[in-house]
Amino acid sequence: MNAPLLEVENLSVHFTTRRGVVRAVREVSLHVEQGETLGIVGESGSGKSVAMQAVMGLIDAPGEICNGDIRWRGRTLLGEAGRRRLQEVRGNRMSMIFQDPMTSLNPVMTVGAQLVEVLVRHLKMPPVQAWRRAEELLALVNIGAPGRRLRQHPHELSGGMRQRVMIAMALACEPELLIADEPTTALDVTVQAQILELIAELQQRLHLSVILITHDLGVVAQVCHRVAVMYAGRIAETGEAVDLFARPGHPYTQGLLRATPRHDDVAERLIAIDGAPPDLVSAPPGCGFQQRCPVYGKECDGPAPSLSYEHGRRLACWHAFERAWPELVAERKQAIHALDARIYGL
Amino acid sequence: MLSMPVSTDSESIDSCLRERAAALPRGVQDAAQVLLDVRDLSVRFPVGRTGFWGQKRLTVHAVDDVSFVVHKGETLGLVGESGSGKTTIGRAVLRRLPVSNGSIRFRGNDITQLRGESLRKLRQHMQLVFQDPYASLNPRMRVLDIVAEPLLVHGRARTRDEAAAQVADLLHRVGLPADAADRYPHAFSGGQRQRIGIARALALSPEFIVADEPVSALDVSVRAQVVNLLQDLQRELGLSYLFIAHDLAVVRHISHRIAILYAGKLVELAGRDAIYDSPLHPYTEALLSAIPVPDPAVQRCRRRIMNCGEPPDPLHPLPGCRFQTRCPVAQTQCREATPPLRESASGHWVACWRH
Amino acid sequence: MSAVAESLRGRPYELFASVRGWGREIRHDKTALVGLTLVVLLVLTAAFASLIAPHDPAAQNLRARLLPPVWLDKGTWTYLLGTDHLGRDVLSRLIHGSRVSLAVGAGVVLLAGGFGTVMGLLAGYFGGRTDAFIMRWVDTQVAFPGLLLALIILAVVGPSMGSLIAVLAINGWMVYARMVRGSVLSVRQLPYVEAAEMVGCRSLRVVFRHVLPNLVSPLLTLAILEFARIVLAEAALSFLGLGVQPPATSWGLDVANGKEYMFRAWWLVTFPGAAIAMSVLGINLLASWLRIASDPQEREKSFARRAVHQRRRPT
Repeated sequence: MNAPLLEVENLSVHFTTRRGVVRAVREVSLHVEQGETLGIVGESGSGKSVAMQAVMGLIDAPGEICNGDIRWRGRTLLGEAGRRRLQEVRGNRMSMIFQDPMTSLNPVMTVGAQLVEVLVRHLKMPPVQAWRRAEELLALVNIGAPGRRLRQHPHELSGGMRQRVMIAMALACEPELLIADEPTTALDVTVQAQILELIAELQQRLHLSVILITHDLGVVAQVCHRVAVMYAGRIAETGEAVDLFARPGHPYTQGLLRATPRHDDVAERLIAIDGAPPDLVSAPPGCGFQQRCPVYGKECDGPAPSLSYEHGRRLACWHAFERAWPELVAERKQAIHALDARIYGL
Repeated sequence: MLSMPVSTDSESIDSCLRERAAALPRGVQDAAQVLLDVRDLSVRFPVGRTGFWGQKRLTVHAVDDVSFVVHKGETLGLVGESGSGKTTIGRAVLRRLPVSNGSIRFRGNDITQLRGESLRKLRQHMQLVFQDPYASLNPRMRVLDIVAEPLLVHGRARTRDEAAAQVADLLHRVGLPADAADRYPHAFSGGQRQRIGIARALALSPEFIVADEPVSALDVSVRAQVVNLLQDLQRELGLSYLFIAHDLAVVRHISHRIAILYAGKLVELAGRDAIYDSPLHPYTEALLSAIPVPDPAVQRCRRRIMNCGEPPDPLHPLPGCRFQTRCPVAQTQCREATPPLRESASGHWVACWRH
Repeated sequence: MSAVAESLRGRPYELFASVRGWGREIRHDKTALVGLTLVVLLVLTAAFASLIAPHDPAAQNLRARLLPPVWLDKGTWTYLLGTDHLGRDVLSRLIHGSRVSLAVGAGVVLLAGGFGTVMGLLAGYFGGRTDAFIMRWVDTQVAFPGLLLALIILAVVGPSMGSLIAVLAINGWMVYARMVRGSVLSVRQLPYVEAAEMVGCRSLRVVFRHVLPNLVSPLLTLAILEFARIVLAEAALSFLGLGVQPPATSWGLDVANGKEYMFRAWWLVTFPGAAIAMSVLGINLLASWLRIASDPQEREKSFARRAVHQRRRPT
């Protein structure tokens, strides 16, 4: 069996700050196969962005990777041996797009100049060919009149279009893996839908693997094959998307699904999870969710297990698949399904 | 770090649903008292000049001819994407921005041209809850000072110690512990800071609160805490809200009626369920179809209404309907004349030539 | 790095609350300690000048003219750093000269800083025509050549410590106004300032309670740097004869007087010159540290640098 495209094993990242050591990522393991989309879901402080920045080698002082391994096609990217491999892979085989396209694009250079820069620098293309390729790339991401857009500056484009330009830049070197860090959080919902559809289309067409970091379960439901749920620096649960949403195992995942408001939901009140994510400087040694978990037990103070189930499901909880929260009322569920049928023609 | 206990057991959800079923249909409550009456509101910003000699003035039409009412004890949800003008309307209604055209009446009094001392007095009746819980509290002031400031400024308390009792009561109301008053904002989480902001807004016992995207900056699991708090306060104190949001999912639960904005114009206004069950305006339909449902089994079977084209340029609005460039069913009439807001069904207003 | 950003949101202002906090902070930066030492030395010298100075700075002793410092031939312990052409003790003049520098510096900073800050606040907060008027005034005054203006005014009014302070203040308030206006414009946009206006605070309260505290640290840094500049300016003007007049002592005046004897008695020029240089250096070092220490993000960065450095050093 082939090694997965990207494999992260037991990764730990911490930051030394004045207040103490912030353990942003704690023993995180995940992997991405060729041609699939992995969604990493988490709220603030879950460590999802930091983990992926570590993969791309973007962690700088005061942060450092203190444990674990990151492997690209089975070969490590860390340490002396991995340093050169990381330089080759980063930007080339593996690229990243970020949340705010306005600050990721240079405001004084035209869009074309920035795209060409990537092509010339990484692929050593002659400039004339690079301009033509840049135009092709803009067409690839469904930007109309690409020739005209090449000569425009970032501030002349809308938010959605800027994000498309970012995607085009990330795809310039035909990478095998695209890491997208909350690419649609700053965009309107109609634009978000377009960008997500674009990512799904590109994935199919170019056989791309995608890691999509988000806090929005709706985004995950739309485009992800597999999902990893993170909380307080640890992975709570991993599994196939359809399976995970249907049978969430970790109490946090269950709570999150209940608490996510749906516009097709007729309930009078929203459901919340009491409390807030823990402070990462003084996080409890065991499970980070214990203070908010209804099924907390003494065993949760110790190290969490790593349990495997069918369909590739992995859980880090002693109370996996226990019903942590009260079931949604049957009437409410029925009402939701009825609406789904009517509105979405299911 | 404490938070307000929220009853999530199935019994209370059950009773909520039954209560809802028995209640009157949520349409325009004509019998209820009108608290805020906005008519033909327009807000324009000058942004510079163009033309060779600089003779042509450029203005952004942020809000164009918007009219709506808010009744006492009701929540009007104001939904729109970026550039829709929803934040501008919120600020204009509170008279933080100059009004270019139209009128705003609060409790029957025209407040459109109010300024100076009378505007300051108005603040006792209308307040604002901010979007960013981290930046809306002065980091150098203790919570006590932050919440007591409105009381001191309007003479409801003469010294900080006099205000302390009222502050303690307000903090209790929003579900914060009493000792929170002595601490600084940075000691609290995002959700708790937003509660402090709500406590500050309640200090003067206003009748009307504009909530400007109060949960957008909060984590998903915490959003419901704040929204439920606002609902409870509305029930207890008879408050009216103008709830500004871009998220149709959150707005549904707290609003009685919902208004949809596009490019500075009001395109649909209806009772809460009507918007979701039977949207009339093509933009509302597009918006609803674009929201991803957090359930892959459902989401992947949906067909989205495609919207091609660009949003309109706020500097040079085209004649006719603002949505014409992206509307899948646009006709010639839509490009010539702007459709007015008309009552298509009882309590359901839409600005579209098709209805 | 939102985890780090989260930690930065905590406790940035409590540092101001304790002197011990400051003390702990400055110990890490050696150059800042040097700066602090020099500044403290300057202040103490000026404060206790009459106690420390061995002689009266104006006392002339024509029999002891141009004596060299004690470590050279013909130097004596009575006049540690030598005497000038009128037999006045160089060390005492140095000590008393610090008073003038400090007095002029503090006076100008307070006057110019106070006026400039108020102007900047008015322009930044009220905007519109007030802003336009004040800024045009600033632009006009900046366009005047400062030194020339000072010379003209002093020549007309007659030089004295008072007129010196006034002239330097007139020349120096614009930089405060511009800086404060810029800060106020950005602070005004902050949500908590808007919140203060929303709850009905009057403008004065908003300015003093919410806007001004944000300006304290950049203003302090600017004031300290300006102080250094004023010390130099005073020395220059005194050198040109338009500053402090005898019998008062000033470092600049001493340099001017010693200019003619530069090759015969180098100590007359060197010691006052060195005093000026050391004072300005110390002030600049302190100001540079203060800028970093009062910004929570900069503090965090310097902490990170130290932590990384410690980790790399073999233990």
